[in-house]
Amino acid sequence: MRGITKRFPGIVANDNISFSVKKGEIHALLGENGAGKSTLMNVLFGLYQPEEGEILINEKPVKITSPNVANELGIGMVHQHFMLVETFTVTENIVLGNEPKSGLQIDIKKAVKAVEELSNQYGLKVDPNAKIEQISVGMQQRVEILKTLYRGADILIFDEPTAVLTPQEINELIEIMQSLVKEGKTIILITHKLKEIMAVCDSVTIIRRGKVIDSLKVKDTNPDDLAAKMVGREVNFSVDKQEAQPKGPILQVENVVTRGNRGVNALNGISFEVRSGEILGIAGVDGNGQSELIEVLTGLRKADSGRVLLNGKDITNHTPRDISESGLSHIPEDRHKRGLVLDFTMSENMVLETYFHPTFNKNGFLDYAAIDKHAAKLIEEFDVRTPSIHTPARALSGGNQQKAIIAREVDKNPDLLIAAQPTRGLDVGAIEFIHRRLVDQRDKGKAVLMLSLELDEIINVSDRIAVIYEGKIVGIVDAKSTTEQELGLMMSGGNRKQGGGTDE
Amino acid sequence: MNKAIAVFTKESFLVPVIAIILGLLVGAIAMLAGGFNPILAYTALVEKVFGSAYNFGETIRQITPLIFTGLAVAFAFRTGLFNIGAEGQFIVGMVAATTVGVAFELPAIIHAPLAILAGAIAGGLWGSVAGYLKAKRGVNEVITSIMMNWIALYLANWVMNSFFVPKGQQRSEMVHDSAIITITWLSQMFDNARLHWGTLIAVLAAIFFYVIMWKTRTGYELRAVGLNPHASEYAGMNVNRNVIKAMFISGLFAGIGGAAEILGVFHYQAILTAQPGYGFDGIAVALIGGNTPIGVILGAILFGILSFGAAGIKFTAGVPVELIRVVIASVIFFVAAHGIVKVFVKPILKKKEGGN
Repeated sequence: MRGITKRFPGIVANDNISFSVKKGEIHALLGENGAGKSTLMNVLFGLYQPEEGEILINEKPVKITSPNVANELGIGMVHQHFMLVETFTVTENIVLGNEPKSGLQIDIKKAVKAVEELSNQYGLKVDPNAKIEQISVGMQQRVEILKTLYRGADILIFDEPTAVLTPQEINELIEIMQSLVKEGKTIILITHKLKEIMAVCDSVTIIRRGKVIDSLKVKDTNPDDLAAKMVGREVNFSVDKQEAQPKGPILQVENVVTRGNRGVNALNGISFEVRSGEILGIAGVDGNGQSELIEVLTGLRKADSGRVLLNGKDITNHTPRDISESGLSHIPEDRHKRGLVLDFTMSENMVLETYFHPTFNKNGFLDYAAIDKHAAKLIEEFDVRTPSIHTPARALSGGNQQKAIIAREVDKNPDLLIAAQPTRGLDVGAIEFIHRRLVDQRDKGKAVLMLSLELDEIINVSDRIAVIYEGKIVGIVDAKSTTEQELGLMMSGGNRKQGGGTDE
Repeated sequence: MNKAIAVFTKESFLVPVIAIILGLLVGAIAMLAGGFNPILAYTALVEKVFGSAYNFGETIRQITPLIFTGLAVAFAFRTGLFNIGAEGQFIVGMVAATTVGVAFELPAIIHAPLAILAGAIAGGLWGSVAGYLKAKRGVNEVITSIMMNWIALYLANWVMNSFFVPKGQQRSEMVHDSAIITITWLSQMFDNARLHWGTLIAVLAAIFFYVIMWKTRTGYELRAVGLNPHASEYAGMNVNRNVIKAMFISGLFAGIGGAAEILGVFHYQAILTAQPGYGFDGIAVALIGGNTPIGVILGAILFGILSFGAAGIKFTAGVPVELIRVVIASVIFFVAAHGIVKVFVKPILKKKEGGN
């Protein structure tokens, strides 16, 4: 790609970006959120048209006007969010839109055979006749990979592929990538995880604010160097913190059972407690009851049985407002869905849970002057970069939106702060800031409950780690003495065989 | 001066204006195709509306209910609801006002306000039925509110026939003078055009809309629920209660509109053979007005002029009413289709940037 420039109203997402990928290598595209990685890949995949610049494949200039053209040119994309039909089999999903036919019928036997051959060739070990809804997330990702291979892709783009995987699955994915390259495929890996780049990539291109900062061989660099280039300054990875000084329990969860959205139990008698002055991390593979747990704790979902105590007071199935006023703050896992009213101004968003307090509410009329003053104070204190307090939340970057939510929640001075995936999708600079704030809360003698799918984050920030599996805590370990392997094993239920065909 | 230009080239202002012009152009083409002279037709429209004091007064009469129903639709829209039921809320407002106006005898200082209040509350409750069904049962408010329109229509006729219409007549008894809100001296100034206090109430309602929506705790909650119910739930707001509240307030506006129409214009209620249509036009008015109170007033003025002027077009240029509805529909079409209009607006904005 040469001199690619893509502008959106108000910003230049890609500013004269040039980079080249050699055949048969794994090339990482590294950058903070909003640096322009995804835009660049969408240009390559034909979803966006660049204003300037050209794309060359095998040294021939090409015009990629749509994803179909990209497919024809041998470019395939493995999306972060899978695009699969849950009730279809693996084979049906793979051939969808490109079915081998005999007469008017789909020749499913031929399709199964083709899928099997591809799967064996690259060591993917996928059962072609399994239904998507029955196989693990890691397997589903392999189906996505097969989809691109089936369409004859030579260049595969992986968009943040490890975000949804367990450590074991990540290792397997790395093996798959290596075997793909051995077979002559070329891989572009979009990521902001430095460890993966060091483990698997040959070269790396770093993008910051829409510009290429550097393009280098992985063996000539190290994680600190990459992080500094990505953020533009030195970054401190490990979280500095003192030994925790836990005292009495703030939150007690006793045998809580609740049903998930599908009607089956999402929480199966979960019990644990969080003490003041400590950070309890909850580790687990996505979909093991984490979301439901938070919803029950914050009053957004009813518990069928069991008790939740906050400071000894029973708050089971109380309303969200009642719980919030009892001293619980909540940084929601989906900041766009729950955390912010995106079309409200920053100022209005900063009082989302406190607008009815006498400070802001005078006989039913809101004191917007007081609200603005409050918002300005928080935004200053938490270094939220916004053009003004009257800017709609939608206009801010993810990191600044998250900082704003944290400002709002921490300012309520809660006894218990629940932080669900507090750094998801954020760059290292913002992550550092947020971890700092969580530790500060702890050091003030408050309790912090953190849920994250990132093991590094759990291990770095927590004092104790509870592992959730199928709606239960399967073990609680000390964060200082545990390892990723130990946690990974617990996260997968301990006795579960990984990577082998279908579950159950 | 520069500031004035800036206001007029602002997109929020330009888009509706250009939409209206485009709509009128398409309307002109339709008229040409039908063999009519569009210039004559539009001239007739202007002459009809501004030609005489009486007609000008009647145009204002026509605009007033549109402000009410426009506000009703816009209010619901701001809270994430699509109230197609302004029509029905308008009708029950009429019924309630007629009932109070005919059945009670009270001093004017109490009677008229009471009749209006009755209309308001009837409209509000009628609207909140759809809100309740949405909140508690998850039924889409579009479906329920549109069905409530027909229930309102036939219920109104039943109430009138059963209690207020003398045998052999097609309309109710007159409401008592004490309930009437016609402004006699003003009407006389406009050659007996039917001008009434409802117009002033409509403007006050628009101010009320603004204050409630953007100055109060209630409005904050209503807007939050409308923009993001998930975040509102997270923040501890009662989403269901706010949906019902929003539909109630929305219905209030339409209900007052119906009451004002009875007490200010007709002084009786006729047996309805069809929907009065103000509710549906209110949707267009809200749309043209961008769901802001001031926009609704402007939209209602445009709509009132077009629909009242239509009579002039028909009379002078011989254009059938159906074709005039085509003109109105084209205007709405272009307002709704922002994307198309922006293609036309772009060169103007570009030019402005270049000029700087």
